[in-house]
Amino acid sequence: MLNANLAELSALLREKKLSSVEMAQEFLARIEKLNPSINAFVTLDKGMTLAEARAADARLAAGESGPLLGVPLAHKDIFCADGWRTTCGSKMLENFIAPYDAHVIAQFKKAGSVSLGKLNMDEFAMGSSNETSYYGKVKNPWDVKAVPGGSSGGSAAAVAARMAPAATGTDTGGSIRQPAALCGISGLKPTYGVVSRYGMIAFASSLDQAGPMAKSAEDLGLMLNAMAGFDERDSTSLERKSEDYCRDLAKPLAGLRIGLPKEYFAEGLSADVAKAVEAAIAEYCKLGAQTVEVSLPNTNLSIPVYYVLAPAEASSNLSRFDGVRYGYRAPEYGDLNDMYEKTRAQGFGDEVKRRIMIGTYVLSHGYYDAYYIQAQKLRRLIAQDFVEAFKQCDVIMGPTSPSTAFNFGEKGDDPVAMYLSDIYTIATNLAGLPGMSIPCGFGDNGRPVGLQIIGNYFAEARMLNVAHQLQQATDWHLRAPSI
Amino acid sequence: MSLSLDDVKRIARLARVGVSEAEAAHYQEQLNNIFGLIAQMQSVDTSGVAPMAHAQDLSQRLRDDAAREPNQRDKFQKIAPAVEAGLYLVPKVIE
Repeated sequence: MLNANLAELSALLREKKLSSVEMAQEFLARIEKLNPSINAFVTLDKGMTLAEARAADARLAAGESGPLLGVPLAHKDIFCADGWRTTCGSKMLENFIAPYDAHVIAQFKKAGSVSLGKLNMDEFAMGSSNETSYYGKVKNPWDVKAVPGGSSGGSAAAVAARMAPAATGTDTGGSIRQPAALCGISGLKPTYGVVSRYGMIAFASSLDQAGPMAKSAEDLGLMLNAMAGFDERDSTSLERKSEDYCRDLAKPLAGLRIGLPKEYFAEGLSADVAKAVEAAIAEYCKLGAQTVEVSLPNTNLSIPVYYVLAPAEASSNLSRFDGVRYGYRAPEYGDLNDMYEKTRAQGFGDEVKRRIMIGTYVLSHGYYDAYYIQAQKLRRLIAQDFVEAFKQCDVIMGPTSPSTAFNFGEKGDDPVAMYLSDIYTIATNLAGLPGMSIPCGFGDNGRPVGLQIIGNYFAEARMLNVAHQLQQATDWHLRAPSI
Repeated sequence: MSLSLDDVKRIARLARVGVSEAEAAHYQEQLNNIFGLIAQMQSVDTSGVAPMAHAQDLSQRLRDDAAREPNQRDKFQKIAPAVEAGLYLVPKVIE
């Protein structure tokens, strides 16, 4: 059962072979066994989980049905969930019990899924290795010496280790796709605006987007069906007709045009990752697709642009953590400013403070035009690169990450080394495009490789179709670590 | 460009993040590395390019000016660091 996909779990419940309570208990037992070594969950509450499962069982008994009714899932600790401790990976929110549900959480409650707990993450989603969490690093289930990726590292590790059938994540610069790649699972960042940000603790609001993480493209589609949709409480939520993201899964791929950006296969890409990605593309050609070389000439600028815009937005968003209305407050202080400074010095970790300082500087008087406005202009050029590329192809493919999972501490004390590992994912966020990662093999060290698929705006159903077809022809997505 | 130690302390003060001398020196080196990376942006001529604030061209939605949120003061103040008589407590700001 631990390896079952969401449709299979739903069938077990529908056919009364297992109750939702029993199913949740099996996953909780798995979590209890593995979490001490993986550290994917930061908060577990058996009482709340089983109460949700009992409620789902009652709905099932009353004849209600639905693809996620009674199915257990786990949520990144960035989503406020009423009554659940919600830490965002930070000491600042160590004792924060969310007083309301994020839209995403409310949608899953409506669908009747059961929350197994809250998942570890880089502090305020700032990181690519899960090393910035105040609650300790998450280990990669394929090799505990390796990082799980970040920031949704707890989500990726929990699904890879079969502690949860699927999980939620968020992606500001690659935080769903990169950990999915490094842990050998599937993850999808939707088009900006498809999933409401209401109740999702804000990092960089013009880039943040929630999405599903699971074992297969089909499961991602089922999750996205529940998550997506207009919500007036998010001013950038898009008013669109609801769609079934699973509708095209079975479509054949004959005639699919795959764009291969030459910048994504250039210097800096590990040979073993390139080999696995090229093999997946060859498999697509067998399925009837054709490839075309495209160019995203401003790719290298995406990292500097991101590290101006994301910190700028973060410095503004994180100003709310002032020790007054909720969260941590320093135990001793003098005047109001002293309280702010001590609270924030003690409550935030190093990476968060660095980004707040970068953001404060680029928005300050005299530097705003040279940094912030220049970055916004380059953002347009980066987005236009994709517009040009999509004139020649239906989807873009390449590696998700330049290497397989690196070891803890490998990037050293220089934040720039870590930032460079997001070279293939950041541009998608800047453009607001949907992107996903699916497993496509293993590197020389036996760690998973992710294939990135980038679609045009609102092409999620097509991307899931493309991913699903590879998962029908290969079994990379079924491989699980032996723990 | 390169940030001086005083620059770092000034930024930290603006951001309301307390830093010690040793921390300021540590951040100075790291921030300068990051700004070294960011400096690549200056090599591109962007004259005539309109800044892009957002991935979607949206205008702000408007709604009726009506109260919709219920009063949940007790629930919200339960998670506050310091409250008294329904008020949030902060250090004295007016002498």
